Amino acid sequence: MNLQEMQTTPTTRLAPKSGKKNVLRKLAAQYQLLLMSVPFVILMFVFQYVPLWGWIMAFQNYSPGKGIWKSSFVGWDNFITLFNDERFFLVMRNTLVMSSMSLVTGFVGAITLALLLNEVRSTLFKRTIQTVTYIPHFVSMVVIANIVITFLSPDGFVNHMLLKLGWIDETVFIMGKGEWFWLINTTVGLWKELGWSTIIYLAVLAGINPDLYEAADVDGAGRFHKMWHISIPSIMPTAVILLILSLGSIINIGYESQFLLGNPLVLDYSEVLDLYALNLSFGSGQYSVGVALGIFKTIISLALVIGVNRLANKLSGIRLF
Amino acid sequence: MTRYREATFDLFNYALLALLGFATLYPFVNLLAISLNDPLDTMRGEVYFWPNQFTWNNYQIIFQENALYMAAVRSVVRTLLGTFLSLVCTTMLAYTLSRREFILRKSINLLMIISMYVSGGIIPSYLLIKGLGLTNSFWVYIIPGLIGVFNVIIIRTAIEQLPEGLIESARLDGASDFQVLFRVVIPCSIPVLATILLFISVGHWNSWFDNYLYNTRDNLNLLQFELMKVLLQSTSQMVNNASSTGYVDSEALSNVTPEAIRATMTIVVTMPILLVYPFLQKYFIKGALIGAVKE
Repeated sequence: MNLQEMQTTPTTRLAPKSGKKNVLRKLAAQYQLLLMSVPFVILMFVFQYVPLWGWIMAFQNYSPGKGIWKSSFVGWDNFITLFNDERFFLVMRNTLVMSSMSLVTGFVGAITLALLLNEVRSTLFKRTIQTVTYIPHFVSMVVIANIVITFLSPDGFVNHMLLKLGWIDETVFIMGKGEWFWLINTTVGLWKELGWSTIIYLAVLAGINPDLYEAADVDGAGRFHKMWHISIPSIMPTAVILLILSLGSIINIGYESQFLLGNPLVLDYSEVLDLYALNLSFGSGQYSVGVALGIFKTIISLALVIGVNRLANKLSGIRLF
Repeated sequence: MTRYREATFDLFNYALLALLGFATLYPFVNLLAISLNDPLDTMRGEVYFWPNQFTWNNYQIIFQENALYMAAVRSVVRTLLGTFLSLVCTTMLAYTLSRREFILRKSINLLMIISMYVSGGIIPSYLLIKGLGLTNSFWVYIIPGLIGVFNVIIIRTAIEQLPEGLIESARLDGASDFQVLFRVVIPCSIPVLATILLFISVGHWNSWFDNYLYNTRDNLNLLQFELMKVLLQSTSQMVNNASSTGYVDSEALSNVTPEAIRATMTIVVTMPILLVYPFLQKYFIKGALIGAVKE
């Protein structure tokens, strides 16, 4: 390649020029980049955006036999049905309660564990605990649910212990008690994600300027003083941002653990929005109401994300988008 | 005084963390012990850390079951093929988005970010996939999730952090975008790609909901789905027995129990992850951090 080309290639690629011809020329010059992106963008469009077309169903009396083209329109009827449905509010309650419980326990747990790990001086011990506590994050919810069932079943570990201790006279089917479901679900979620969620806090703690601690040493500060006055204030900005951002997805909890840990006996406590939408559609054939529920959920979570983004931006200048 | 308090704190701290580590590992150890123990002995409920009456029988029974064997094969194929395709496609897309001169960069970014917050929902997606003829097909495991927006962002960020001169000098040497990607960018991004490889493959291996929702024929079942079926069977059995005292096992007289089968299958499903995880561990923390910040 000669000198002239070396000088011109970057400039022609970067120079902002307008006009259709230039756009076409640019497209032609970047055909490899296009080849590497356009097929996947189309794929993404199909699977992420085309389903939005299905929102029409929420305004129809949809039946699978007729399809979207032939089903009759009914206006807002499906939303009215939804908002007059007591079960909808029950499911909404379950969603919000379980998501708040995991949010609070997850945050307190992650910060506490990170602070405790940060105080450990033996690198080997710290590494080992980290490695071990990350494991459940990578294990499927199906496996976790199997473990839970094994431990909580009438002839499982927990019942066995309670019997031995004499706290109960006969075995209890713990998974069949609706009022315990939220606690079980939250504990399981905490157990699964606790270790993994400390990663970011440990990174922040590792990045604290050691001079701060040394200065505190000179001033005669003990471990607890240093933790309280240096470590905790250092991770607070990160914690606040993460907390605010996760508020944005408070309605968007998954449904895997509720599906797998739940059973018909505890359905009034375990059913969440997505599972209810599935039940409405495939269980009772009310596809349109199920889609209306989905739209409601998307709009609420979109509003939450935008609101929370503004809040985070105001407080600390961090923006999601 | 302070020294005494600090020593107490240290002791307490180590004990607490050790307890947490134990509470994390014990369920797996216990299930491993149950899977290697004689099922009838397990029913007496005295298995904790190791099998009382050692046997490989449970594993033999599982691997003799043709449906389970085939499900394991399918899960392996899904994980290998799905991870490979997904990683290659995701990396290509991420590379294009890291090139500042790319004409579609901003539009694609916008399209991706919106898709993170707006989705059609579970029912329209189901109808779309059905309409595309992807139900009851192996490809439903691979195609809809081929590109994960999140992974694209992580890889793009990593590529953007490579020294600009690296790519620029390759371009000046006349390398095309494909050459730059495969000869320069990918070899320089091994840590982040290993992280994403771990995330994608774990995701594939752990998936069961697409199997449950889209593939109703048994000839496409995955291992996780088979395990889920066992789980639901056990649960419904317990639900039916919830009114009576305790839960009496109907298959107790044969030489295998649902509990033993469940424990053994759980170990079989978990083992690949536990085997791969330590090797990739050194890579994934950095990737997880980029993810957490962007989340």
